[in-house]
Amino acid sequence: MPDERKPKKSPYTADRNMPGAFEGETVTRRRFMTATVHGAGAVAASAFALPALAFALGPVFTRQKFDWQLVGNVTDFPTDTYIPRVVAIVAGIGEAGKSTVYMRRRNPAFDKDKPDQYNRIIAISTRCMHLGCPVRYVEAAERFICPCHGGVYDFTGQRTGGPPVRPLDRFYTEIRNGNEVWVGPRYSVNSELHRFSPRDPGEDTDGIGQYLYPARFSTPKK
Amino acid sequence: MRLLPPIPDRLKPAPKRPGTAAPQKPLELVQEAGISAVDWIDERTSLSGGLRWLLFRKVPKGTNWFYTLGSATLFAFLSQAVTGVFLAMYYRPDVAGGAYESVRYITNYAFLGEFVRGMHKWGSSVMVILVFLHMARTFFFGAYKYPRELNWVIGVTLLILTMVMSFTGYLLPFDQRAYWATIVGVNINGTGPLIGPYLSDFLRAGPEFGATTLSRFYAIHMLLVPGLIAALVGAHLYLVAKLGTTAPPWLKAEHKEPELEAKAKA
Repeated sequence: MPDERKPKKSPYTADRNMPGAFEGETVTRRRFMTATVHGAGAVAASAFALPALAFALGPVFTRQKFDWQLVGNVTDFPTDTYIPRVVAIVAGIGEAGKSTVYMRRRNPAFDKDKPDQYNRIIAISTRCMHLGCPVRYVEAAERFICPCHGGVYDFTGQRTGGPPVRPLDRFYTEIRNGNEVWVGPRYSVNSELHRFSPRDPGEDTDGIGQYLYPARFSTPKK
Repeated sequence: MRLLPPIPDRLKPAPKRPGTAAPQKPLELVQEAGISAVDWIDERTSLSGGLRWLLFRKVPKGTNWFYTLGSATLFAFLSQAVTGVFLAMYYRPDVAGGAYESVRYITNYAFLGEFVRGMHKWGSSVMVILVFLHMARTFFFGAYKYPRELNWVIGVTLLILTMVMSFTGYLLPFDQRAYWATIVGVNINGTGPLIGPYLSDFLRAGPEFGATTLSRFYAIHMLLVPGLIAALVGAHLYLVAKLGTTAPPWLKAEHKEPELEAKAKA
């Protein structure tokens, strides 16, 4: 029920005794000018602020390319130990873009994940799954060991000790032309070696972690 | 002008005694010239009022050396700003090896380069230490309480920005330590749930440490954050001058103010 003691104000400025009001005008010229100036200022500011912001955020949404790289012949790689190969993760920036990959031929005695065309050669990433330091394969212990905070992984890259949250990442590999071993982009695995799109270190792929750390828009696809 | 603090006696302009001759000695002439130059500026800007407001504030009894920690932090920031500008004249944010080489050139070959880089490198630690000491002083003296809460909030923002400076600056020498520390630091950011992975991508400019990560860190380090720090330091100082400083907590009010009491009665 409307309050009758307050008469409803007319929308027309002329009826409200505004000085200098025009007939049929509902917004005063002062308010119109204020809104216009603020609006113009907002448009002018967004004209540089929004493109700059999008420019800075662009890489988050840009899918990177990965060039498959030839790293040797099938017979170069043993089945019971790893040999290191260097792969350019990011091309054109020298040493900062390269990473060591430990590689061997698939061996049914250790490798229980489902065989397909991408894991006939096993390529283990040296990026520790704690915070990204480079792990080293120690032949005598048959373990991957991280120098930073003591992460330890077994022969197949499964975590056996220390702070890492998931097994070591792997790379897609393919045998092309019968003999050539090619290395493709990185992928992450969970403790059952199911494949995930590449996650950063420190991001769990088991349990609730796989939902807390979603896939990114920027990681290269095979 | 009534609200402004009084000018100290020795700075008050004294009228000439009658019969004093116009200045003749060179020193007096130089003094006259200086005064008239300052007058010329003051007549057009009224800056002297602001300076009086800023410099001739009353400070509470018991003010001691702990109260200089804020100025010391500001000095550390200015030192970082000046040495940083001159380091930027030699530094190249080139990820393919040029960055390391340019830092090597600064350290080993540029005249006084080792000194200026050392000032910047060690000064950064000094600044972080001073920020924390200043913060501890404010906390233990209760100087964050009403009406100074906003200044505490600005101060905490400045602390975070100082940390951002430390993080982004650590990468710039681009040696092994810088590279791996940044990898680890970005990955710590990435462990934040849901937005962590995207935050990492933003910091690195992509899914991996890439061609523009270094220049991104460099731009944040030398353009974005210093501007923010300078602006917030201005706001911080304005509030200090506006609200005044606190007396140390061990100081009790020694006597009541008779003038105020008389006013309250009237």
